Amino acid sequence: MTCKYRVLIVFGLLGAGFGMASPSAAVPDQLAQEVRSLLENHCVQCHGPSQQLNGLRLDSREGAIEGGYSGPSLVLGDGGASALIRRLTSDDPTARMPLAAPPLHPDQIKVLTRWIDQGAPWPRGTMVRSDSDSVFPKQDRHWSFRPIDRPRTLPESPKPWDRSPIDSLIRNRLEQEGVAPSPMAPKETLIRRVSLDLTGLLPSVEEVEAFLADERPDAYERLVDRLLASPRYGEKWARHWLDLARYADSDGYEKDLLRPHAWRWRQWVIQALNRDLSFDEFTIEQLAGDLLPEASVEQRVATGFLRSGLKNREAGVPRGQVRFEETVDQTNTMGTVWLGLTLGCAQCHDHKYDPLSQKEYYQFLAFFNQTQAREMDAPLPGEMEPYLEEFPRYRQQRKELLDNGEISIPRLQARWETMLLEAAEHPGKHLDWDDILRGAILNELDRALELFRSGPAGRTWRENDRVTHYFFKYTGPEIARDEALSEKLKDLKGKLAELETSFPDVTRAYVIQDMRAATHIALRGDYRAPGVQVQPGTPAWLPSFHNGMEPPRLRLARWLVDEDNPLTARVAANRFWQELFGSGLVRTPEDYGIQGSKPSHPALLDWLGSEFMRQEWSRKQMLRRLVTSATYRQASRVERNSEEMDPENVLLARQSRLRLSAELIRDAALSAAGVLDSRVGGKSVRPPQPDWVSEITYGKSDWESSSGADRFRRGLYVLFKRSAPYPQMVNFDAPDASATVCRRDRSNTALQALNLLNDPVFLEAARFLAVRTLREAPPRWEDRLHLIYHLCLSREPGPAELRRFRRFFERQRAIFQEEPESVKDLAAGSGSDLDSLQVALWTTAARAVLNLDEFITRE
Amino acid sequence: MTPFQLRELQGRRDFLQNCASGIGVMALADLLTLDGLTAAPTPGGPLQPAAPHFAPKAKNFIFMFMEGGPSQYELFDHKPALDQYHGSPLPKSQTEGLEFAFIQPSASILASSVPFRRYGQCGMELSELIPHIGSCADDICLVRSMHTDSFNHHPGQLLLFTGTIQMGRPSLGAWISYGLGSESRNLPGFVVLTSGPGGTSGGSTNFASGFLPSHYQGTVFRQSGDPILYLGNPPGVSRSTQRASLDLIRDLNRQHGESTGDAEIASRISNYELAFRMQTAAPELTDLSTEPAGIRELYGLDRTDKAERQFAANCVLARRMVERGVRFVLMMDHGWDDHTEINKKIPKRTRKIDRPTAALLKDLKQRGLLEETLVVWGGEFGRTPMVELRRPEDASYAGRDHQPSAYSLWMAGGGIQGGQVVGRTDDFGIRIEEDPIHVHDLQATLLHCLGLDHTRLTYRYMGREFRLTDVAGRVMEKLLV
Repeated sequence: MTCKYRVLIVFGLLGAGFGMASPSAAVPDQLAQEVRSLLENHCVQCHGPSQQLNGLRLDSREGAIEGGYSGPSLVLGDGGASALIRRLTSDDPTARMPLAAPPLHPDQIKVLTRWIDQGAPWPRGTMVRSDSDSVFPKQDRHWSFRPIDRPRTLPESPKPWDRSPIDSLIRNRLEQEGVAPSPMAPKETLIRRVSLDLTGLLPSVEEVEAFLADERPDAYERLVDRLLASPRYGEKWARHWLDLARYADSDGYEKDLLRPHAWRWRQWVIQALNRDLSFDEFTIEQLAGDLLPEASVEQRVATGFLRSGLKNREAGVPRGQVRFEETVDQTNTMGTVWLGLTLGCAQCHDHKYDPLSQKEYYQFLAFFNQTQAREMDAPLPGEMEPYLEEFPRYRQQRKELLDNGEISIPRLQARWETMLLEAAEHPGKHLDWDDILRGAILNELDRALELFRSGPAGRTWRENDRVTHYFFKYTGPEIARDEALSEKLKDLKGKLAELETSFPDVTRAYVIQDMRAATHIALRGDYRAPGVQVQPGTPAWLPSFHNGMEPPRLRLARWLVDEDNPLTARVAANRFWQELFGSGLVRTPEDYGIQGSKPSHPALLDWLGSEFMRQEWSRKQMLRRLVTSATYRQASRVERNSEEMDPENVLLARQSRLRLSAELIRDAALSAAGVLDSRVGGKSVRPPQPDWVSEITYGKSDWESSSGADRFRRGLYVLFKRSAPYPQMVNFDAPDASATVCRRDRSNTALQALNLLNDPVFLEAARFLAVRTLREAPPRWEDRLHLIYHLCLSREPGPAELRRFRRFFERQRAIFQEEPESVKDLAAGSGSDLDSLQVALWTTAARAVLNLDEFITRE
Repeated sequence: MTPFQLRELQGRRDFLQNCASGIGVMALADLLTLDGLTAAPTPGGPLQPAAPHFAPKAKNFIFMFMEGGPSQYELFDHKPALDQYHGSPLPKSQTEGLEFAFIQPSASILASSVPFRRYGQCGMELSELIPHIGSCADDICLVRSMHTDSFNHHPGQLLLFTGTIQMGRPSLGAWISYGLGSESRNLPGFVVLTSGPGGTSGGSTNFASGFLPSHYQGTVFRQSGDPILYLGNPPGVSRSTQRASLDLIRDLNRQHGESTGDAEIASRISNYELAFRMQTAAPELTDLSTEPAGIRELYGLDRTDKAERQFAANCVLARRMVERGVRFVLMMDHGWDDHTEINKKIPKRTRKIDRPTAALLKDLKQRGLLEETLVVWGGEFGRTPMVELRRPEDASYAGRDHQPSAYSLWMAGGGIQGGQVVGRTDDFGIRIEEDPIHVHDLQATLLHCLGLDHTRLTYRYMGREFRLTDVAGRVMEKLLV
């Protein structure tokens, strides 16, 4: 390292002098001139001022010596040993330079070899006109890389329609295009819309009544404040963050093991949103909470963000590959979530469109390469005391169980660990041990060998228990040969599991911590081909990265939310907008680079970004700003002329009708039915699903449906198994959690129809809704229908709808007369005090309402 | 007119046009209705049939995916050298740079106990374990020079089906649906059939839509119970109740469509109708009792072994689906991962698949469907010439590890030149000596048969155009007619 720099400095000085008082005057000028023309004609187009493929520049001596991402290209004095010559003469067509062009003539290669042999004297004169050092001169940088420019003067003469600067900026553009905004949506629509948007839940009948009766001028603002204060707000907006974090309850890939503690991080997100943790702190804690001075448990739990990606535990997959893929994923996720940049494009080569070099990509990656995965105790309130109280007794009983005079697990386990270490050191020698070591343990038990080497004394008790757990899971070939012993161990395994669950434990969490590791550029994006080493850093074309005493990852997090960073606030504000209006002001929320779309309202985007920072990154303030605007409160009716002129509603002359997300459809059905569980946070649950959904995957079915109130938890809490997600989530476009997602599809399919019509979960909801209606509404059928409409659609049924339902009931009654069994089936379990026919009739009616487009749509 | 009215009208006009374009069409329409078939899906919807890039050789595609990595040494690529060197390691020069999932490159060679013979007029050399498939040799194009990048199941399957070893990309079937839409009005255009003792490593990622909209994903069909998830009416909901409810939902949706003007509601109405039609068409499709005795015999539908019956039924289903306009049938048969007891397991499995596979080819051919149906049979990689012995004391426990550097698969039907062997491997079957075909090349070629140019079938995501073949892929002319 130091050595190379010394060479560079010396020759750098020489090179700098070239063209003036030439230090190479003694050199045969003819050779230099020949070299110059060779480089100019065959190399500099790709390795020169306009582009530096693979980080290499051959238009200066320093550049030629320093080389590219794979290392120095010249060994001064030894042409034959130089990478430059090797690449010119390679047999491999994918490596031989010049790429996709005829090879140089052997004589030409000889000239270059001789030139290097002679110390590579640089030719006289400037090589190629290099009028700019950077392709992206500062003054005409891409819009999103420029500082946020808060509009100082808003459009003149605010109109009565305007309620905020947002509206002035929207109306300004509408006026330019000669379009009038839409009138305000009816109050019933507004309360349903804003309740769904802020809390993800339908308003109750009482809430709608109260709002309709509230004639104070700020009735709507009061409603908004109430919704933002609801703990349901955190649940609703956590889901968006979970999409970005590619959160799931399992590892993904073939093994797809469950992550029983993943929900602890989800809980942190919900709570952070509910206490309105500012977005900058929210960012810092998730990317570097472990590095904060005296980091609290919660701050460390926050780093679970970085642990939410995929993990490949398939037997035999190289650990280096897994580690590299995880780090790449963390880097790309950070790039999309905060910077709105497609960093991943530079994993294999310089970014094709944005000014991101491959080297800069690996500088980003270096921040995350210096981390390692850990599991920690993260007790929730109320857990610690009973746990501590019982702990000594638990350890004692555990010890007695595992070393009981007849069998000594510590002894057996020690032998087992020795053999596994032996097998690890001599691959192929102990085939039967290789089987469990390479086939399972190395991939499933993180840091397995390190743990074995430490021995029981060098491990924490949690680590010891984990190793013991794997001992019982894969006891190995020696024990397998002893049938009696195997039986005993199986029995003991069951007893141990019983013991473990009979004592109180504390909740745990997946977190990260710092680790020292060098980062190299992966040539062509292949981790097996390391290039030059890089240090953590940020690209030169973004605001400078502050040096300081803090660890690099913490400085990265602070840099992301620095007020000078032009991207983070724009990217975040645009996502709020997207959620409330259907599309962002930038329609490619994942790409703010050269290839991304430009903002439809640039001044508004900058106003929102600066406002977000001015409000100290408070998301609740930001959302309040947005939902109280007149733009947000418009009706969503599509008029003929606006559709023709602006089919995608870019100008926002109306609101948009948006189909609810998968989770919210579930929530809406369960809450209309009156059975939605109201607990906030907690473990993931498994609603009933057909057995065969998980049978298609490698791990087969481990789906045991939840019982009691757990069956009626919000969609947010439904266990997400990556290889076999809950079907309703898949049908309604929940992301697959393989990579960060910043906008969901809203598809419209026949499978969705089958799901809502026939999934027992929704039929059951319809029955609950029917029973609730029969119990709560006055006995006239119109009153009952009124209640269902209010519960589901927050409005009255119209006369045409009443007429249509009357016809439906007549027909359905006739059908049921023919089918007494159907009545019994539909009314099953609804309570003996109710008339079965009524339950059946109202179940079919409720089922129809739950299937209406309007029910699953935010108007 | 609002967008809602416009789309509603399109739907009705489409229906009328279908009925009005002549008596022949009417008669056909009747026939198809009897058979559970009709024309074109939702007008203006994303699955509307789309024109290919050029005239296709194949309209339909059946991919018989043998999950786990079938051994080429026992099935397709006869290597007498293995017998000769049984028990000794490969020469060092042969194993340099090789890496396997479980075994070391120094592991000793395992002879193949399976005899080979020549089949068909073309004289294709195949294992004696697959005589029925052998009887179709003149229709089969056997490739002995496939290679892939990953020696692990899930990455290998991801590469085969999505073109990359990372999760999250669209699958082959999703790309095809995206490129060509669906011909079937009552059934999904991309269907998945499973068989074998377990689930596949790839699970749903083998047929997922990745970053493409979710309507392009494959729909899993089951043989027992509901063929499609939530297809059957729940208890208490009879067909009359379902119809009455759908009528109500349609009328209320239509009223709301009028008042909001939103075209999405018209699509929702069409999708509820499609769902109702699927409720009839799918059970009709999976009801194999109507198949005549000759066909039952041909496929072995009434064999005593349950696994054999299941695979046979999947083969019949694949044909019935193709007849009903399903564009892509992905059959996933689990269990070819023979790390252990390969000599015991391979014959059992070939017994299961040999007859029905050949029956499918013959049945398609006799119905004139083979010409327009592309059939592919193969796994995500092959197996090693070296032994994997997990019980060192028991030689009968021998198996083979995963091998990505050279393996075999075969194709037949639409666009494929049958009766030929493409590619050659070295004496140990570990390196390719002639015509290497990478998984990306295979994908490019398959799309080509369907009339799609793999470099033009792209989708913009995360700032760039993505395609199935990533940045590679060549159409292998040698395989084509």
